[in-house]
Amino acid sequence: MRFGGLTAVRSVDFTVNSGEIVGLIGPNGAGKTTFFNCLTGLYVPTEGTVAFKGKVIPPKPHLVTQAGIARTFQNIRLFANMTVLENVLVGRHTRTKEGLWSALLRGPGFRKAEKESEAKAMELLEFVGLAAKRDHLARNLPYGEQRKLEIARALASEPGLLLLDEPTAGMNPQETRTTEELVFAIRDKGIAVLVIEHDMRFIFNLCDRVAVLVQGEKLVEGTSDVVQADDRVVAAYLGEPFEGEPGQEEAAEVEAAEAAADATAPAPKTDAAPEPAQADTSPEPEPAQADTTGADDTAPADSGAGGDTGSDGAESTSTTKGEAQ
Amino acid sequence: MTDTTTTAPATAAHGPVPLPPAAARLLIATGAVGTIASTFMSWTWTSAFPGDLTVYGYPAGLQILALVAGALTLLFALTLWNTKGLRWLNPAGATSPVFLTALSAFTVCWFTGIAIAVDLNGLVNLDPGAYVAMAASALPVIGALALPHPAPGTGLRGYLTKPSQPRPGTVSPLIERGIITAGTAVALIAFTYGIGIDNDASETFIGFLLLVVFAAWGLMHTGLVDRYATMAARHKGFASALAFVAAVIFPFTQSDDHNANVGVNILIFATVALGLNIVVGLTGLLDLGYVAFLGVGAYAAALVSGSEYSRFSGVHFPFWAAALTGMAASLVFGVLIGAPTLRLRGDYLAIVTLGFGEIFRITVNNLDGDSGPDITRGPNGITQIPDLDIFGFRFGEAHQIAGFTLGRFANYLFLMLIVTAIVVLVFTRAADSRIGRSWIAIREDETAATAMGINGFRVKLIAFALGASLAGLAGTVMAHVNYSVNPQPYQFAGAAPPNSAFLLAAVVLGGMGTVSGPLLGASVLYLVPEKLQFLQNYELLAFGIALVLLMRFRPEGIIANRRRQLEFHEIDQLDVPEQRTLADEPAATKAGA
Repeated sequence: MRFGGLTAVRSVDFTVNSGEIVGLIGPNGAGKTTFFNCLTGLYVPTEGTVAFKGKVIPPKPHLVTQAGIARTFQNIRLFANMTVLENVLVGRHTRTKEGLWSALLRGPGFRKAEKESEAKAMELLEFVGLAAKRDHLARNLPYGEQRKLEIARALASEPGLLLLDEPTAGMNPQETRTTEELVFAIRDKGIAVLVIEHDMRFIFNLCDRVAVLVQGEKLVEGTSDVVQADDRVVAAYLGEPFEGEPGQEEAAEVEAAEAAADATAPAPKTDAAPEPAQADTSPEPEPAQADTTGADDTAPADSGAGGDTGSDGAESTSTTKGEAQ
Repeated sequence: MTDTTTTAPATAAHGPVPLPPAAARLLIATGAVGTIASTFMSWTWTSAFPGDLTVYGYPAGLQILALVAGALTLLFALTLWNTKGLRWLNPAGATSPVFLTALSAFTVCWFTGIAIAVDLNGLVNLDPGAYVAMAASALPVIGALALPHPAPGTGLRGYLTKPSQPRPGTVSPLIERGIITAGTAVALIAFTYGIGIDNDASETFIGFLLLVVFAAWGLMHTGLVDRYATMAARHKGFASALAFVAAVIFPFTQSDDHNANVGVNILIFATVALGLNIVVGLTGLLDLGYVAFLGVGAYAAALVSGSEYSRFSGVHFPFWAAALTGMAASLVFGVLIGAPTLRLRGDYLAIVTLGFGEIFRITVNNLDGDSGPDITRGPNGITQIPDLDIFGFRFGEAHQIAGFTLGRFANYLFLMLIVTAIVVLVFTRAADSRIGRSWIAIREDETAATAMGINGFRVKLIAFALGASLAGLAGTVMAHVNYSVNPQPYQFAGAAPPNSAFLLAAVVLGGMGTVSGPLLGASVLYLVPEKLQFLQNYELLAFGIALVLLMRFRPEGIIANRRRQLEFHEIDQLDVPEQRTLADEPAATKAGA
């Protein structure tokens, strides 16, 4: 997936099996949400395809949902002025097919379908624990319940794969735990879950497998132990450990530059280069800064994030094998 | 009736006017009675002033309005004094209804006095009755301001903020139906009175507007309007059937076919506005060229009407076929316009629809044989459209029914009522269904809606096409009512409805996403320019000012959709069930994690 000259996601290739919870982590800007948007058809991938149950899905959001992939959003996107029940009913859109005519004629088939939809929706609200609030407007729910409602709405489309984009963002530890249990319950229904999250404890508790995305590319994939032990992952988040004196490299650079300046300019009046002095004050290996340098260092050769308009693009394959639901 | 146990709120002893409560009450009562009495006196010596206010003994014109306002003031004053049997009128014991109804009497009387002086050049033309009315109507306002202040420290504003209401008790369904019937009757009387005001008597109509606005405001403050709305919602079928009956009765109350003409035009306007409400109110697509669909329907019907000026003058479809032709033509036009434009969002869509609306008018103007093929006869339009004849019922002739003479326009009024009923049915049924929910979802958040599996383009196109065909249906009737069609009315903005700007204004003014909103908005927007002829040159200016004020003070429109109201004002939930405490167990354990 490219935006202009920037390659946001490329060559990410992975598979989610049914009944599995897979985590997707990575530093900010790694391309996790972009990857989700590619999967769900909100972005049309520049290259590559999305396959579900062995079938390639066209990059149209409604077709993706119809095929059985549902999602939630990083910043909650409920239908704020619809009631809780109506929100879930909208989620059932693809699983019902009453059109305008049947709505106008109100035959027995229409009534039956509406009743069934409502029963299914109530079941889901019961599942996430919002049944008592069915007639409230979504905008009036507290934050945590809005998150739950969004999950219920996504489940209403009877997905085989559920994509959760930071489901615990902004939650307190107790709410996070509840969400964790909810995700397990969803898995137990036979639905595969792919979850983006920054809360590492949440991810490593929850996920059978974890994939790490850095600079738009998949770094590692494996069980939580494998991922946690991987040096490159630590480097991506925290930067590479220093060897030798801090700032040693820079100091050497400055010296070399000074020597060069001496050689070219025969009349040196003052300190030749004031700006390298900044490089000398290179700080302790502090995470915030090391994050960026570390990321730069780990993938210097492959990362075509610059103006690389070569043939690399997203190849995001997501397949659920076996029976999903 | 309702069981309410409100204690007197702890408020300041008196309002901005320093008078003891007893004196204030006396002031209100005498003022109200005085206002009522004054309406039986002569207010001016000459009948040159509209409404003939010269007769002692019985009220006329503006005096009737003053009488009603005075009576309302008295009524709500009595509710404050724990008068038996009246308590239900004002369960919160609020003072603001008295203040507002007193204001209605005050504005009506003072407006009349000033209007007489201005119209007839001089205070000399006022009879004693007018002075009595002006003096008496001022007293209750002063008195109301001396009553204990509802919210101390907020100044005059406290009188204008809506008091919170106790939860109403329940009454038996039969009584509720009785109340709805009475409410409908009052609405019919008010509407009939308003429409019956002579076109030259702008003063009376302004007085009427003043009374209606302040009285409705006052009633809203008593909570009666909300309770009435809840009742009507509970007996939805009954209420709408009654409204239909009231509309059927309307022509029988009119001796003059002119008012039926006004009525049928209002209905056409309102029906088209209701169709637009599907597009704008439900789906959230701002369509600024909607009137073109009305035009397509009207032209289609005119072409197959058998008029000798029609291009196909030999073709004469029966009405049902003409109506279907009109709808189909509008539908095709709607899809043609919608398919390329509905990929746009927001402002871009508005601009493009505006353009297409104008393209329709200009094209029709040019299809006159000179600049294009001769189909529509250009600016001359298609004239002499014959009257309808359905099952031998000739619409062009007056009929005698039970001693009442029903003229040509009354006949069309009945036809149009059926059309409106169909459109109302389509609107309500479509809105409350899978497709209606997807429209609202698209309005709320299109990205999320498509992510929920809604094919945004398809659903929007259905809304667009449905709205277009409903407008086309109304257009077929309109062609026959007006005898002719020409391109002139189908523009973006003009001085008289229908045009796209007025249609949109009717929807916004009445209340987006509701059924009764556009009906009411269309009535107001049609009647006001019709009755206030003197505004002629400043009509669009006044219209613009009114819209700005509306958007400032009541952005959700006169009749608020529950959703919209919550959207624009951060207030509590209106009619959700009582809060139940949730079970303590976390949700997921219930799900068996």
